[in-house]
Amino acid sequence: MLGLGMHAVVLLKQILDWELPPSRFRIDSETRRPPDGLGPTLLGPFEQNALELALQLRDAGVVDRLTALVVGPADSADSLRKALAVRADEAVHVEVGSAEALDPSQTAELLLAAIRRLDGAELVLAGRQAGDWDHGQVGYLVAERLGWTAVGLVWHAERSDGRILVQRTGSGADERLAVRLPAVLTVTSHPSLQLRMGSVMDRMAANKKPITRWTPDELGLAPEQIAAARRIELTKVWVPEVERACELIEGEDAAAVATRLLGRLEELKLLTRPA
Amino acid sequence: MMILAATWDAERLGPASRELLGAAARLGAALGADVALASLGGAGAAEEAGGYGATQAFVIEGDHAASGNESALAALAELAGELEARVVLLPADERTAEVAPRLAERLGGAAVMHATGIDVTDGRPIWTKPVFGGKALAAVAASEPVVATLRRGAFEAAEATGGTTAVSTRTAPAADGAVELVGTDAPAAGNKLEDAKVIVAGGAGIGNGDGFAELDELARLLGGAVGASLAAVDAGWVPPDRQVGLTGKVVSPDVYFALGISGASQHLAGIGGAKAVVAVNTDPDAPIFARARLGVVMDCRAFVAAMLDRLRNAQ
Repeated sequence: MLGLGMHAVVLLKQILDWELPPSRFRIDSETRRPPDGLGPTLLGPFEQNALELALQLRDAGVVDRLTALVVGPADSADSLRKALAVRADEAVHVEVGSAEALDPSQTAELLLAAIRRLDGAELVLAGRQAGDWDHGQVGYLVAERLGWTAVGLVWHAERSDGRILVQRTGSGADERLAVRLPAVLTVTSHPSLQLRMGSVMDRMAANKKPITRWTPDELGLAPEQIAAARRIELTKVWVPEVERACELIEGEDAAAVATRLLGRLEELKLLTRPA
Repeated sequence: MMILAATWDAERLGPASRELLGAAARLGAALGADVALASLGGAGAAEEAGGYGATQAFVIEGDHAASGNESALAALAELAGELEARVVLLPADERTAEVAPRLAERLGGAAVMHATGIDVTDGRPIWTKPVFGGKALAAVAASEPVVATLRRGAFEAAEATGGTTAVSTRTAPAADGAVELVGTDAPAAGNKLEDAKVIVAGGAGIGNGDGFAELDELARLLGGAVGASLAAVDAGWVPPDRQVGLTGKVVSPDVYFALGISGASQHLAGIGGAKAVVAVNTDPDAPIFARARLGVVMDCRAFVAAMLDRLRNAQ
């Protein structure tokens, strides 16, 4: 495989700004979603990590063709522009209406159809979970339905003897795994995976690069097929009430505050320390 | 019809497994289903299951770790299929983040991740789970069989019943070599966050890695563990396995010190089980104060220095 990199696909998602403060966050009880325009939408944080890992694999020569793929409404094109600005080779947008809240199974169906149409993809990178519905399933469903290998919570990857060697967050300890291709990796956050900034030139060029647009219909998926793929139904979505009952501890200096706080924690039987 | 709970505990059933069995027993009672436990960690955990309400227990033998999650996944799919499990309950952690959706797909059902509540309406489980990084909650109905991961601390643990049940021994199906464990990096030093009674957690306000060295000492003096916000982990001041939050560890200590942590929903989603949060932040409007029992408006480094001083003198 010397000198021959793979075709990798990175799955993106454009979501409501996840740093929108809780005080401004709302759910429309009828649509069971945040109202449109509540805040800006952005490329999700774990999708940024996945894109960065894909770029690192290309820097290392493991990947020689990188396609950014998104399923979502019109504003999802911003995520593709962001990927093009860090020099993704191709951008594909499977456009669905904004009112359609797809569940992970439905999203996976659309992604599968698109990945099958992309020529010779061997590696798919996805964020571990999208920061809106936090289902954390799409990457795994794509892998299972394609019959590909799946490994979760990856933060580093390299090529080794025709396989991908990954480092991932396990339960209790990090693990190094040799993974057979083709494979889907879901990517977690890591200090080494902060998405790079594109150069000014690349960012300008990104606006002129083409985006391939496919409708579900063009991918061979009729509305009733998509409807039948649903497996999770939201029956209610709400913002929990938070009681504010914070007792402020004050004092003339830090030492007095520390003493008072420790005393208060002992009174509340929350801490048993020598007073 | 069965509710199957699965654990990776080895010798004993840990608190997370007892919570699974508690949730399984209540759900089983509402649905008219029995509870089975599968242990992928060892026979000891399976042998205790009868004492917490399970009517069947299985130990699945094999070097599960050697194939990543492949062996455990194949074994659970096989067992859940044989038992015609309507619901499979798993502890929400890094491992099941991968296992649950894949298992649900193999069973032809759906996964519900990080469930914090279960209600039964018209004979159907309705699951509560956090969405939007914990800013909101959703009630969801999922296609069965459902594979649900349960958030630590969200469900009451099963009471000891004094019962017993025979343990069946099974062998995991052979792995096909798709994933092979090459090595494990030793877990970082420090107490386990999930079991800690006191957690000293730092965020952006801690400022640097030296600040976290001070938190290590504070945690030691309080007999606790060090946690961190995503911001501190992303800054590289503290290893990722210390992250508390929706995508990190979910903790339920008696006292959670949030030091220089503003209180993003992502973080708050990990501390819902804390009995008391002590917030220390220079910004009195930081969202963390809305979740805190006790608050101190102060630079967190100055606070840590004063606490260290106070606790060192008390020794």
